[in-house]
Amino acid sequence: MLRKLLAKAVARALVLALAAGLAAPAAAATTSAPLEHQPWSFSGPFGMYDQGQLQRGFKVYTEVCSQCHSIQYIHFHNLGDPGGPFWSPKYPNSNDNPYVKAIASSWPRQVTEINADTGDPSHRKPTSADVLVPPFPNDAAARASNGGALPPDMSLLAAAREGGPDYIYAILNGFRPTPAGIKNAPPGKYYNVAFPGDLTSYWTGAADAVPTGGFISMPPPLTDCKVTFDDGTPCKLQQEARDVSAFLQWASDPKMNERKQTGIAVMIYLLIFSAILYASYRQIWRNVAH
Amino acid sequence: MDAHSHSHYEPNTAFERWLDARLPIVRFGKDLLDFPTPKNLNYWWTFGGILAFCLAVQIVTGIVLAMHYNASGTGAFDSIQHIMRDVNYGWLIRYIHANGASMFFVAVYIHIFRGIYYGSYKAPRELLWLIGAVIYLTMMATAFFGYVLPWGQMSFWGAKVITSIFGAIPVIGPAIVSWLVGSFTVDAPTLNRFFSLHYLLPFVIAGLVALHIWALHVPGNSNPTGVNVKDKSDTVPFHPYYTVKDGFAVSVFMLMFAIFVFFMPEALGHVDNNIAANPLATPAHIVPEWYLLPYYAILRAIPDKLTGVIALAAAIGCLFALPWLDRSRVRSMRYRPQARLYFFIFIAACLILGYCGAHEPDQQIIPGLAAFNIGDSSINSMAWLSRIAGLYYFAWFLLINPLLGLRETPLPVPESISTPVLSHPAAAPAGAAAAPEKKG
Amino acid sequence: MADSVAGASADPHDTPDSGRRNFIHIAAITAAAGGVAAIAWPFIDQMNPAADTMALSSIEYDVSKVPLGQQVTVLFRKQPLFVRHRTPAEIAKAVADDHAQLRDPATDASRVKPGKSEWLILIGVCTHLGCTPLFGQGDWGGWFCPCHGSQYDTSGRIRKGPAPKNLVVPDYKFTGATTIKVG
Repeated sequence: MLRKLLAKAVARALVLALAAGLAAPAAAATTSAPLEHQPWSFSGPFGMYDQGQLQRGFKVYTEVCSQCHSIQYIHFHNLGDPGGPFWSPKYPNSNDNPYVKAIASSWPRQVTEINADTGDPSHRKPTSADVLVPPFPNDAAARASNGGALPPDMSLLAAAREGGPDYIYAILNGFRPTPAGIKNAPPGKYYNVAFPGDLTSYWTGAADAVPTGGFISMPPPLTDCKVTFDDGTPCKLQQEARDVSAFLQWASDPKMNERKQTGIAVMIYLLIFSAILYASYRQIWRNVAH
Repeated sequence: MDAHSHSHYEPNTAFERWLDARLPIVRFGKDLLDFPTPKNLNYWWTFGGILAFCLAVQIVTGIVLAMHYNASGTGAFDSIQHIMRDVNYGWLIRYIHANGASMFFVAVYIHIFRGIYYGSYKAPRELLWLIGAVIYLTMMATAFFGYVLPWGQMSFWGAKVITSIFGAIPVIGPAIVSWLVGSFTVDAPTLNRFFSLHYLLPFVIAGLVALHIWALHVPGNSNPTGVNVKDKSDTVPFHPYYTVKDGFAVSVFMLMFAIFVFFMPEALGHVDNNIAANPLATPAHIVPEWYLLPYYAILRAIPDKLTGVIALAAAIGCLFALPWLDRSRVRSMRYRPQARLYFFIFIAACLILGYCGAHEPDQQIIPGLAAFNIGDSSINSMAWLSRIAGLYYFAWFLLINPLLGLRETPLPVPESISTPVLSHPAAAPAGAAAAPEKKG
Repeated sequence: MADSVAGASADPHDTPDSGRRNFIHIAAITAAAGGVAAIAWPFIDQMNPAADTMALSSIEYDVSKVPLGQQVTVLFRKQPLFVRHRTPAEIAKAVADDHAQLRDPATDASRVKPGKSEWLILIGVCTHLGCTPLFGQGDWGGWFCPCHGSQYDTSGRIRKGPAPKNLVVPDYKFTGATTIKVG
């Protein structure tokens, strides 16, 4: 039994060691400020999304981020799904959820379709089946409106960056005035301590004091009370950043609540099942000297 | 099918006799279940059953995923999101399949290392070992094709790096690459054919596993002592003794599997694969999945591209040659303390190679420590660490194994499986166990 | 006795306390069967229509857009839906035939909502082999299916031709004075 546990522990350690080795940043000259771990309601094996936070974060996305960023894998009805910002047990089918319908019909942009009779583009209000209508019809238009830089789609942003919501929070809080020793900073970009970059070529100060961070194409999007919260939460920049980071984490992993709850049930079942099987094994082998 | 025993199945009913005369499938099944298995197998022997379980899980989840997957360049990434967000329990099936691949490789590495430690590859089981090596190779190909399918940044750029390896072949290399990818570079045609091959190869693996088990059943299982089975008292029937033990082992394995699937499903992946493939934007660091990292390190350790490719092939080829490189007459390293020491260093070298594969060659091992250069890289760099570990890897196969067989003094090997006094005496009043001895 | 010395007794049913012994094996097999059943459900359910398909499972429509005597065809669950604004003459003809010789007997009132009999909502799929019938044609002024000649009256009932059933009335309700929710 002990050897079995040892074998399992070795296997687990092997896998985790390699995963840790994989996760370690491999940058030589690129630097960014060390990532701080924020307290999130969804951290850990029992963590779940906080619906109030998701609603506030959605408001920040709608009023600020959605001016430039699409979120192409989120449909309006996803907002009313279990674990989502507007889930309500009264509306198990989120297409009936009144908040979802209201958000869809009051969305600032309309869906473009081809008129079946004339062949010309026509517009209609989005329904719960539609994707949250993006600010730009395609990537080229997005680049043209943003000085050649493409604001990334936000559906998977938290999953596509090391640190996920911690990283997004750090970026939103990481804008600083350009340090004094930086000369010939690239035009149209903004200094951010959390954005990976190499400032050696712009730095005129001591060689061992190159500032960490880099130049990001996005201007600082948030200020205190850029968005006011309906539940009375103080609208400081840190709060807005925290809430929108949580919302984006939900957007990239909407099934997390269900996944963890199922996981707890599966682990309990497997622990009991393993115990029963071990007892059965010992019973069968009782008569054998081995 | 087995050289040592014959079938004991007696058909009872008229239907059973009718079937047995035409297609003795019940006989075949009962012979498998009754197969005489050494009674002293330890838990390292459960990984064969665990691997069969993993193969079944991958095939079932894979076929289900293929119902929803779209193998086109424009639709693949979207179809993965469709599976994760819209398909009922799609997230669960996808995470089982993705993490199942990693679990499959954890189990296969333990299974291979067990075979090496206990000398299971030695005569008369060389062919069993060779079939196993072919299964391992096919697993790596399957996993490589499968990782390309989500068509994320790592999928695309990993495919680019690995297919370009074939370009190193002199004269015909570029033509082979063009033939493999079906376009000027890795593109939609590549994705489509990788999907077809990814669906095909697991069934090839299943066939190879059938051959593997057949090749096992001819001599029968080896055992931790490495001593041959002398008579029936050394064995127990596979069912129920090892069906229940394998069942328990699979259940514990599933606990580890479940931790990844439900609580850290993306830990073994790479964040860049959540970005859709972009042929114009190369990721900062291209890395394969963790189970291919040691070979990646060996490939990059050698500055010349063609020699690196040859080293990669040789690293896998050494596995095939092992039964003939090891000259020892003693099978199990339980009785070969020197061999055991060198083997543990070998395992450490493999882990170090994996660690190096995850990092850039010019990254410092000890950050901030300035050191001198040998050749093109600092001695304090991943490149040199992978060269040293790679050197030991080849030395272990090609030098240490042959020499050990000639030079070492093994411990005395027990006469039979039953004579060493066993740590689990029978509960029945048998008096066979005198003083329980600790297993090595 | 050779078998108890080395313990290679092939039959686990040798010992006396078989009741207690068998219980644990039965428990193990039962737990395994339960686990298999629990894991089987997701693999079966994944073939059911996915969430994005189900999001299109109901639509809302403002029927005031349909002029009198006309029909608008809308896409509902990937199939045509006829929204017909009937004239009083068409309604009268339909009601008059309520007790005629009908292959699939149904009163006109059972096929519309009370007080809203000018709105006829039908799935636009011929019940014969699935073609889309043409509006306003045929001897009864309802629909005519060009594929095999089925003719429907102004209540969508089959009157002539090979179709076995009337055009299907979907599950719908009026959510406002002129808005309907179908499905």
